[in-house]
Amino acid sequence: MLRFLARRLATMVLTALCLTFIVFWLTNLPPNLEKVAKSEAGSRISDAEVASWLQKYGYDRPVLLRYGEWLGVVPAHVAQGPDGPVGRCLPRGTDPATAPSFCGILQGGWGFSNVFKEPVGGIVAKRLGLTGWLMFAVMAVMVPAALLIGVLSGMREGSKLDRALSSASIVTTATPEYVSGVILVTLFASSVTGLKWFKGTATGAMEDITFENFFLPVMTIALYGIGYIARMTRASMAEVMTQQYIRTARLKGVRFRDVVIRHALRNALIAPFTVIMLQFPWLLNGVVIVETLFNYKGFGWTLVQAAGNNDIDLLLGCSIVAVIVVLVTQLISDLGYALLNPRIRLS
Amino acid sequence: MSDLSWSQILAVMAAQFLPVWLALSATFALSHRLRRRLGLYGKLFDSPVGMIGLAIVLFWVFTAIFAPLIITHQPLAQISGLKNALPGAAIASAEAGEFGHYLLGGDSLARDVFSRMVMGAQSVLAIAPAATAFAFMVGITLGLPAGYFGGKLDTALSFGANLVLAFPVILLFYLLVTPEIQNTGPLLLGWRASIPNSMAAILFAFPILFFTLLWQTRYFTNPPRRNLFVGTTLVLGLWIYAGLAFNADPTGLWAMEPNLLNVFVSVVFVNAPTVFRIVRGLTMDLKSRDYIAAGQTRGEGPWYLMLWEILPNARGPLIVDFCLRIGYTTILLGTLGFFGLGVSPESPDWGSTINSGRKLLSVFPHPAVVPALALMSLVLGLNLLADALREESLKD
Repeated sequence: MLRFLARRLATMVLTALCLTFIVFWLTNLPPNLEKVAKSEAGSRISDAEVASWLQKYGYDRPVLLRYGEWLGVVPAHVAQGPDGPVGRCLPRGTDPATAPSFCGILQGGWGFSNVFKEPVGGIVAKRLGLTGWLMFAVMAVMVPAALLIGVLSGMREGSKLDRALSSASIVTTATPEYVSGVILVTLFASSVTGLKWFKGTATGAMEDITFENFFLPVMTIALYGIGYIARMTRASMAEVMTQQYIRTARLKGVRFRDVVIRHALRNALIAPFTVIMLQFPWLLNGVVIVETLFNYKGFGWTLVQAAGNNDIDLLLGCSIVAVIVVLVTQLISDLGYALLNPRIRLS
Repeated sequence: MSDLSWSQILAVMAAQFLPVWLALSATFALSHRLRRRLGLYGKLFDSPVGMIGLAIVLFWVFTAIFAPLIITHQPLAQISGLKNALPGAAIASAEAGEFGHYLLGGDSLARDVFSRMVMGAQSVLAIAPAATAFAFMVGITLGLPAGYFGGKLDTALSFGANLVLAFPVILLFYLLVTPEIQNTGPLLLGWRASIPNSMAAILFAFPILFFTLLWQTRYFTNPPRRNLFVGTTLVLGLWIYAGLAFNADPTGLWAMEPNLLNVFVSVVFVNAPTVFRIVRGLTMDLKSRDYIAAGQTRGEGPWYLMLWEILPNARGPLIVDFCLRIGYTTILLGTLGFFGLGVSPESPDWGSTINSGRKLLSVFPHPAVVPALALMSLVLGLNLLADALREESLKD
């Protein structure tokens, strides 16, 4: 078990390093650096001025070296700005004598956002908090609904209830967030149907979450996941219901309801657990789309802003969070699967 | 001319789709008659779900094929006075011979929503199946050896696949599908080695590799035949390859716009690792079967066993996944359009139309809802088709 964990952790760290390096490399390609120079030093500067600006602030050094600085294993570069030395470790107004020499992500230095003009760590924390509420609400709606639908349709395979629920789940899995969001807003928040039950934007939810402004974004993300998880639960439930021990319990005269709840449910929920955990990366996608669509300025919205404006430090911060979410959920999913199902041996 | 009511709109739309109905009923009649001889495809006609799925998918396929006949206006034509016009709006200044209505209304630039939706089907169906097929070629060519040989090769390839899968898709798209990236990189003999171009050069080589291996392993004992098949593959393959990946086709028949290439490569790149994992898992399961051991005892080479023994036996799950994956690719293309990545603003593809329509969603929803429903129905049809194929293939 410990060896398995150690190997998994080592792979995770390696994956995170590779991915952040790829993001670092892609955001630091020459045209992107040129954009940074133009946004910092003025958009009308000549190519020669761009080159000299990049050289002055150390952007022309090898990518690997600068990645090391960002990571915090190489001493940070110090450039001569218009008013004294500046660099990763020297935000404006710091005394160069007392500043540390390593200021990477390992030391907790997330860098500075060019677009928001704020430290990245603060932005990421604040936006993640907002997205956390969204995710929490989505999970609170999605998981119980999906499991209920899956169990109800899987316990009597082929029944009318099963057909109806399965068709509904197929429809929701065929509806990506940007489609269901548009349809939900049209139905419940537009002047066309006249049913102005909910708000078509979630900007207000950043201050104060109400049912009115939070329902549509939450449902938009949850709908896609509900169909998928429900189908997995249904398949797993249907398989369990054909097992010998269920038949034995039925023949002993146990009521159908008790068979489902006491005997079938526990075994049927192992597979959906992993599916739910592996849904997190997809949720991240959904969050980006929904936050853009409903103008809810959370993590996904920030990611789009950072990517659209090539805000290097912010984009790297966002990708670290995203990569950690993906890797940790994969790990939990594997571990949980092994713990819930004693027949699986780790290694 | 007066505006049309909803029942009139539906009737006129049904009439516009006439070529599609004809082709659809011809296909169905023929396939239904020959269904006992058509294998897995024929079995679809035994299941209502399969027929519905197939009908929806074929509807969009034929719509894409006959799009020039179906559209009522040019997708970029703007007619003044019809900005955000409601469905069925009459065109006041319609000349003789011109179609007199905007069937599904006008968008914020006074263009016909119906015609743009129909042309959007063309742009989606031109990319999604082809990109999925390329992803399958890459996934199969790498997944078979990874599963069959295992060891270090498997570890390395699986690590790479997991790396791509751990990447948030939207971030990857934002990084890869920017116009600037197309112009970065050293110039080699007039060909720019930018990231998308290099990726295209690598990814587009896989189909050639796959088919060459396929014929070589099967017919290497029969050189004339081998030479014919491998030769044809190489000539055709390299011709298309030169055109698509290097834009160096002398006849100019095969070429891809830089934007389109960018989108295509990114979508293939995102899909291939999942296919790789599926193929690898199937191979690991199938390689312990007796017929593989028998082949090994006969002295067959590993690639023959992979391509001619394992792959045909893994086709069931792969066909099902192929259907699902076309749907997923359609969703991905829509996502790209939704974020305005890699497509020109005039492009009628469904994702960017939804994106441009969402700004006025609460007042004039029709420009966004029409492509949204179109995209949803295509993906739904593909999902139903995959479901029916799964059930029918499990019946054997």
